[in-house]
Amino acid sequence: MSRLIAVRILQAVPVILIVSVLAFLLITLLPGDPAVLIAGDQASPEAILAVRHNLGLDKPLTEQLAIWFLHLLHGDFGSSLMLNQSVLSAMGERLPVTLSLAALSILITLPVGIFAGVIAAYYRQTWIDSFVMTLALLGVSVPAFWIAILSILFFGVYLRWLPTSGYTPFLPNPALWLRSLVLPALMLSLFQIGFLARMTRSAMLEALGQDFVRTARAKGLSEWKAVGKHAFRNALILIVTAIGILLSTAIGGSVVLEQVFALPGVGRLVVQGILARDYPLVQGVMLIYGFAFVVINLSVDLLYTLLDPRVRYD
Amino acid sequence: MTDLAVGSFPGALAPRRRFVLLRRLAAHRSFQIGLVLVALLALAAIFAPFLTSADPSAMKVRFRFRPPSAAFPFGTDNFGRDIFTRVLYGARVSLWIGLVVAVSTGVIGAAIGVLAAQFRRLDPFLMRCMDALMSFPAILLALGVTAALGPRMDSVIIALTVAYVPAGARIVRASALVVRELDYIAAARIAGASNARIMIRHILPNSVSPLLVHVTFVFAYAILSEAALSFLGVGVPPPTASWGNIIAEGRDYATEAWWVMLFPGLGITLSALGLNLLGDGLRDVLDPRLNWRA
Repeated sequence: MSRLIAVRILQAVPVILIVSVLAFLLITLLPGDPAVLIAGDQASPEAILAVRHNLGLDKPLTEQLAIWFLHLLHGDFGSSLMLNQSVLSAMGERLPVTLSLAALSILITLPVGIFAGVIAAYYRQTWIDSFVMTLALLGVSVPAFWIAILSILFFGVYLRWLPTSGYTPFLPNPALWLRSLVLPALMLSLFQIGFLARMTRSAMLEALGQDFVRTARAKGLSEWKAVGKHAFRNALILIVTAIGILLSTAIGGSVVLEQVFALPGVGRLVVQGILARDYPLVQGVMLIYGFAFVVINLSVDLLYTLLDPRVRYD
Repeated sequence: MTDLAVGSFPGALAPRRRFVLLRRLAAHRSFQIGLVLVALLALAAIFAPFLTSADPSAMKVRFRFRPPSAAFPFGTDNFGRDIFTRVLYGARVSLWIGLVVAVSTGVIGAAIGVLAAQFRRLDPFLMRCMDALMSFPAILLALGVTAALGPRMDSVIIALTVAYVPAGARIVRASALVVRELDYIAAARIAGASNARIMIRHILPNSVSPLLVHVTFVFAYAILSEAALSFLGVGVPPPTASWGNIIAEGRDYATEAWWVMLFPGLGITLSALGLNLLGDGLRDVLDPRLNWRA
């Protein structure tokens, strides 16, 4: 077991290195001259030269990469051109918005998605199964940004129940904070609920088909114990693997939904950065998210290993 | 699509398996609905010029913001462009991008997966690269790549392919690792088959079913992601109509002219729905482990 965990952790090291190189390549591989692209078409030769020098683009590629790693080791993820601010501090200011959005949506997703999947599997091939799975299918098929705009029109403009856009900080009034996030979080969780429900259903079907569930029923355990304890606990192991994917889609989806709801989060920052050709900013944000997900995926892997004693390193 | 499934069972069994699989697919409810939906949308996209006489970018300011009517089934936008026509032509762009991304994801994913399974020295490197790519949220990775390559249709295709290849490669590798240990691979090797022949003729066809299922879902994801990228303004640039950028343009006056953004969204939903149903059907039939209908 400990050998397995050690191997997994060691595997994450090259992944971190490759993630850094990929983020580095994002600017270097820009077609044409990155300095011209960043400075803009109308920039004077001096301005282009300055950009090239500031970003170290005038050095050989290997040297650029070495400098890139040196900066990373010092915790320097680059600086935004449009904000005149380090990427870390720019991201730090906006991360609470994105994280509250993602956390709220996961909080909605987990109970609803798992419950829907379990119910559908338990009542498989009945109208309950068809009904729940049709909704789940809609969840993974509807574009979030589109249904989000429609929901703004309905709840914000027509019913006037919720603000149409904007963000209210948690303090001093958490109720307003929740009001500003409830619609975005709900819209973000539609895809995730559908995804999780579909995954939970397959996992439950597989678990319900196992011999130990039949044995549990045969030896007279209540239905609740046979399904809830024996089958569900086994399905849960598979469901755990979905957490990494859920977090990843939540962060990805927040990029689009922050734009729709005008939430000042990291996603909005990235989109603004792209439109302003602030490549170092985009690069830095991708790098930080990349690192975060290497750690998240590793934790999910380890959790999976701990939960399921059958997992062994091949 | 079914041709690929046939390839997964080489040898004497092939004809019989082919019929069994085809019959099961044809009898599968989600597969039927999905096939009809996808076929209808594809036909609408292909025959767009025959279904509407209008030009998707023809502006008739006189007719701006007309609600849906007999003359303009889906209404018109702020430039007086016919939304029905734009949605049809948008289908061409969106479905085409989805198709190309799905096919290239399948081909590149299969290549990487089989190479990793066959050459154990390459395996760690290839798989760590895939892990690294999978560490970025897919839409963010696609956003970064399109930002670097510029807002064009082919950068969207490249970006989404890069985002979806890793999962495909992993799936192929996993099944290829099982297949390569089977006796008939050893037999092929003894018979003098080269590495390339073993990979292409023996391992690949037998790893293709799970990939086919995956690729169908990628098709759906790609349509959704393309729409999101175009909506954010880094995908297919206007005036070319894509479902995503019609919604982006319609958003600003959604309160007055809801029809502009409603119909392209329905197009996205229906095509993703159809493809997901197709994928579900394929999975049920090709992966007997989960098949409760049999």
